[in-house]
Amino acid sequence: MNLRRLWAVVVKELRQMRRDRITLAMIIGVPVLQLVLFGYAINLNLRGLDAGIADQANTAGSRAVVMDMLATGVVAPVLEARTPQELVEHIRRGEISVGIAIPPDFERRRAEHTEAVQVMVDASDTAVQGAAAQLAQVPLSVVPGTGVAPLSATPPATPVSVVAFYNPERRTAVNIVPGLIGVILTMTMVLFTAVAIVRERERGNMELLIATPLSSAELMIGKVLPYIGIGLVQTTVILALGMWLFEVPVRGSMLDVYLAAGLLILANLALGLLISTRAKSQFQAMQMTFFIFLPSILLSGFMFPFAGMPRVAQWLAELLPLTHFLRLIRGVMLRGAGLWELWIDAAALGLFIVVMIGAAILRFSKRLD
Amino acid sequence: MNVRGDDIAVRARGLTRRFGRLVAVDHVDLAVPRRHVYGFLGPNGSGKSTTIRMLCGLLTPSEGEIEVLGLSIPREAEALRARIGYMTQKFSLFEDLTVRENLEFLAAVQSLPRGRARARIDELLVQFRFGDRRRQLAGTLSGGQKQRLALACAVIHEPELLFLDEPTSAVDPESRRDFWEKLFELADAGTTLLVSTHYMDEAERCHRLAILDHGVLVADGTPAELTAGLAGRTLVVESGDPRRAREALLEVDGVLGAAQIGNSLRVLADVGAGAIERTLTDALSRAGLAARVVPIEANLEDVFVAVTHASRVEQGDRA
Repeated sequence: MNLRRLWAVVVKELRQMRRDRITLAMIIGVPVLQLVLFGYAINLNLRGLDAGIADQANTAGSRAVVMDMLATGVVAPVLEARTPQELVEHIRRGEISVGIAIPPDFERRRAEHTEAVQVMVDASDTAVQGAAAQLAQVPLSVVPGTGVAPLSATPPATPVSVVAFYNPERRTAVNIVPGLIGVILTMTMVLFTAVAIVRERERGNMELLIATPLSSAELMIGKVLPYIGIGLVQTTVILALGMWLFEVPVRGSMLDVYLAAGLLILANLALGLLISTRAKSQFQAMQMTFFIFLPSILLSGFMFPFAGMPRVAQWLAELLPLTHFLRLIRGVMLRGAGLWELWIDAAALGLFIVVMIGAAILRFSKRLD
Repeated sequence: MNVRGDDIAVRARGLTRRFGRLVAVDHVDLAVPRRHVYGFLGPNGSGKSTTIRMLCGLLTPSEGEIEVLGLSIPREAEALRARIGYMTQKFSLFEDLTVRENLEFLAAVQSLPRGRARARIDELLVQFRFGDRRRQLAGTLSGGQKQRLALACAVIHEPELLFLDEPTSAVDPESRRDFWEKLFELADAGTTLLVSTHYMDEAERCHRLAILDHGVLVADGTPAELTAGLAGRTLVVESGDPRRAREALLEVDGVLGAAQIGNSLRVLADVGAGAIERTLTDALSRAGLAARVVPIEANLEDVFVAVTHASRVEQGDRA
């Protein structure tokens, strides 16, 4: 390993990057765009569902129950109806997604502990149904009604209490922003390195490079080093925006956050290098990146809870760097854990890095055949 | 020319490379003397690039032995890389780096000490006339300028041996002349150059050359030796109707080729065609064409036509 040659590759890479406006824009643009998209648009916990209210009892008690429900913030009243049948009509026409019906004999039913309030839900959207279940903190009964005659045949509801630790307001952003660091690093880091090497092969630079004393390791490491810096810049952008826009907490140490990010960056760069030794064109490199990226998003626990996945999917997920990073970063940022307490996942990332870099350097041949 | 063993920069024996069923290079024997400009002449697809890549250790030969600067290739290819320069057929420098940045990169990769590198880069910028273009991106240079830059980068570490794969294929004639002046300067300074080309005028400038056809070495020697071998076999036919004359001549036994050059024809006769002048005049008058037939000195194009024809006949005989 000759440091002068290694440094020459780093300088060359930085100079080329500086002139590549699109890549520069992507380095900052991708995290910002994704953060805003995931933070605002993809809100898995619905709030402010349009609701209609038919309070046939209209007693002090019934009005109090309605106010309690509105206070949860899950529903927002848009209209009032006279009968439950009218609510069903409104749901069918799509004007409201939740109907709250209180029968005329509300006070008697409440005294008898039978169903006193009925919540009708447009269950054609399961997310809405899930959100409305939060209303179960008040004595009520839920009827998944898409239209017709929902009033009878409902079992008496047991009051359900939902207690959310670490994210009491159940805001999605708190959960998503730490994960988003991982998702964005996975997407950009793998792609940048894979493409950076394949591009040199496509443009014919590689034939020149392999005819010089430059070694495989010098070339690979020199190409990867600038991207570590870029990955850390991206991490900072997401953290800063997450704290500023969504008030995402960092309960653990900032150093641990960056150490975890550093591990993921290296793991992804190593994976990108390995892809670059196989891909014949930039297009192929991109395809292979997405081949890794999709399962990462779906299986890592970023989108769906890890515990709910079938055993085989869990095994696959253990092979993905993002899975381990998510455990680390959620632990550090949301639960205030130290990195050393989560050493198994840190070690898993370390192992991944060593295996991938080793395989990439072995596979990279200074020959054309 | 008599060359001693230690004066040989590149030696190959039985060099062969197969790609699947295609034999790109077929048992080529080579000896390139030091301080020579050695040419590889052949059409596209004749195996020139493949041979050069094997000689500098980028491709593993299917068969045969290579010795370059006393090193056995491909086994000792890594040790060779610091001692050779390689200029690829396609422009392979970084188009998004400036002229100077490209030179700086190559200087560092070749491990020139920093001070030495700076001096050498300044020297090359002057020598290759990049004075006011040192900050220009390589991608925006003209074809000739790109070639000059590629050559400057290839010689930055003053290699003993330089491989140039069709260095002038995308360059205008003036830049080509200019480029060849540079090559001779390097040869005078003691560098061995191995240049592939499909231009006859460039091949004529080489000290020695090898002619490749379909991966087979069909001739090698100095240009003078090669053309001398065709003595008495090349003629010029001047006629009022060169196109009809050409048709008539191609019918004649022993005529290998007749190429129209302006209003005259350049005719190449087969070995032992005898009193070919007489035969041609007779054939033309039989066709009712008045023509003048004059012997002329052979050039490399004639050599090329003659040797590729000979190798094809030989292969035909074998088949």
